[in-house]
Amino acid sequence: MTALVAAAKKEGTLNVIALPPTWANYGAIISTFEKKYGITINSALPDGSSQQEVNAIKQENGSPKAPDVVDVGLAVALANTSLFAPYEVSTWSSIPGAQKDPSGLWYEDYGGYMAVGYSTKFGTITSLNQLLGPQFKNAVALNGNPTSANAALNGVMMASLAEGGTAGSIAAGVNFFAKLKKAGNFSPIQATGASIKAGTTPVVFDWDYLNLPSYVGVSNWKVFIPQNAVLGGYYAQAINKNAPHPAAARLWEEFLYSQAADGGQNLWLEGGARPVEQPAMTTDNTINAAAASKLPAVTGTPVFLTQAQSTGAAQYLATNWAKAVS
Amino acid sequence: MPFFGYVGLFLLLPTGIVVWDAFKNPTGHFTLSGLTALGNSQVRGFFIGSFKLSLVSALVGAVFGAILAYAVASGNPDGVIRRLYLAASGVLAQFGGVTLAFAFLALIGPAPTGLLFHASWYYSFPWGITVIYAYFQIPLMVLVFLPAIDGLKVQWREASDSLGSSAWQYWRYVGGPLLLPAFLGALLLLFANALSAFATIQAWEDQIPYTVAQQIYTSTSSEVGLANINYADALALGMVVLVAIVMTGYALLQRRAARWLR
Repeated sequence: MTALVAAAKKEGTLNVIALPPTWANYGAIISTFEKKYGITINSALPDGSSQQEVNAIKQENGSPKAPDVVDVGLAVALANTSLFAPYEVSTWSSIPGAQKDPSGLWYEDYGGYMAVGYSTKFGTITSLNQLLGPQFKNAVALNGNPTSANAALNGVMMASLAEGGTAGSIAAGVNFFAKLKKAGNFSPIQATGASIKAGTTPVVFDWDYLNLPSYVGVSNWKVFIPQNAVLGGYYAQAINKNAPHPAAARLWEEFLYSQAADGGQNLWLEGGARPVEQPAMTTDNTINAAAASKLPAVTGTPVFLTQAQSTGAAQYLATNWAKAVS
Repeated sequence: MPFFGYVGLFLLLPTGIVVWDAFKNPTGHFTLSGLTALGNSQVRGFFIGSFKLSLVSALVGAVFGAILAYAVASGNPDGVIRRLYLAASGVLAQFGGVTLAFAFLALIGPAPTGLLFHASWYYSFPWGITVIYAYFQIPLMVLVFLPAIDGLKVQWREASDSLGSSAWQYWRYVGGPLLLPAFLGALLLLFANALSAFATIQAWEDQIPYTVAQQIYTSTSSEVGLANINYADALALGMVVLVAIVMTGYALLQRRAARWLR
């Protein structure tokens, strides 16, 4: 570790990409790392997408500006393993087995559960069926069209689980949205920060860390996760195999997976995201308990979609979504 | 010759690529599966949706735009009102897409007051979205139709009046037939304008696919594994065919309407 820190300091710079400062506390994570190690971080394209991250690796290959590390959705990580260098952080054993590549090409970092955010003017919502009531006219929105946006697909899947479906079938969720549409409660507008602030989409299905009052910028906003519909989704870290700053890249990963009070895992937690080592940290008592207690409450076993389940859901949506909601 | 070069580069070449790719699968082999997909009931629904929306919004835009253009034309040709209308129409005809959708979103907002209909009505298809499309369709109609109305000579109206015809007879036998070819041409332009409009409906009805344009977007950008560029090409080919059919119908009508002008 001492040798790694020395080598990284000698490189002096780290290139990261697509890390919005307000997202999952990345602003604080970047400044803490810079202060701690005296390494400058070049943050490119903060609002970029996962696909743009891997595109940058390919297009800027060989340039000193190429991204050293990426933080991508799992589907993108799985499709691009040939671009990554294997690495196992020192806390490798604290990452649950299903959430990392056995050879260390990618490893999930933080994530959250699909949740329903809503304006407090509706009182307290405890079940999805309440959303079918007349006071929710035009109120309920997804974050995009589920045949193209991953967060929206997971929103429908979460409704499916809440309605008694399984991860293997999204049909119950599509039915729920058909009922919602019939009741006149489904808003066709994509939920964004702007639409929430304008009050046009007062009920939103999205990942819990993107649905926090602090993230959406609205104070009268609450979040709940329906009972037995705990659907998780995680991002993954990976190192560019031709990283211009290989030591800094590895030090960054060590920092992100550090369980220290000012390490990446607790900093993500403070941003409302659930760090991948949370179960181990809860056992080892290294977790920031105050931040953990602020996360939306969860009842039931978390479900994570496999690649096959998520493809199956997409195929079902391709033929049934338009029919159900138009 | 430069004209053909231009048309070839910017119209024929892209169309050719779309048609060519519509017959391929993602691995590059020849297939008819993209085309057979055009036959399934869901895709047919998207085409019917696009057709309905384009037709309804073109008709609404054409009728109201024509009336407005007539009102403008009967005013002082150098007056302030006319210049104001033309300038406003020029700006508003280009006012579409996300800006327009967001303007409506802000207008309707959480608690709509003083609106003609309940907010949910504006999400309905095709009528709600037609009202939004009218914001660029009507100004466009004013712009393209005004020259035709200006072409009506005052002397014709005077001649018709002095021969004892009523206002109805003037429009039925003189003004109407003169304007009909221009009106139909403008209607077609508005139809094509609505058919290819994408950003407005995408921002307004993002989560519910009604039209072919929305479906092409999904099949080029899906991050859940449904992206299929050749299927998108097949849909685009379908739109080309749809426009071709409408153009043919227009040409036949135009020939009939303009028969006596020859």
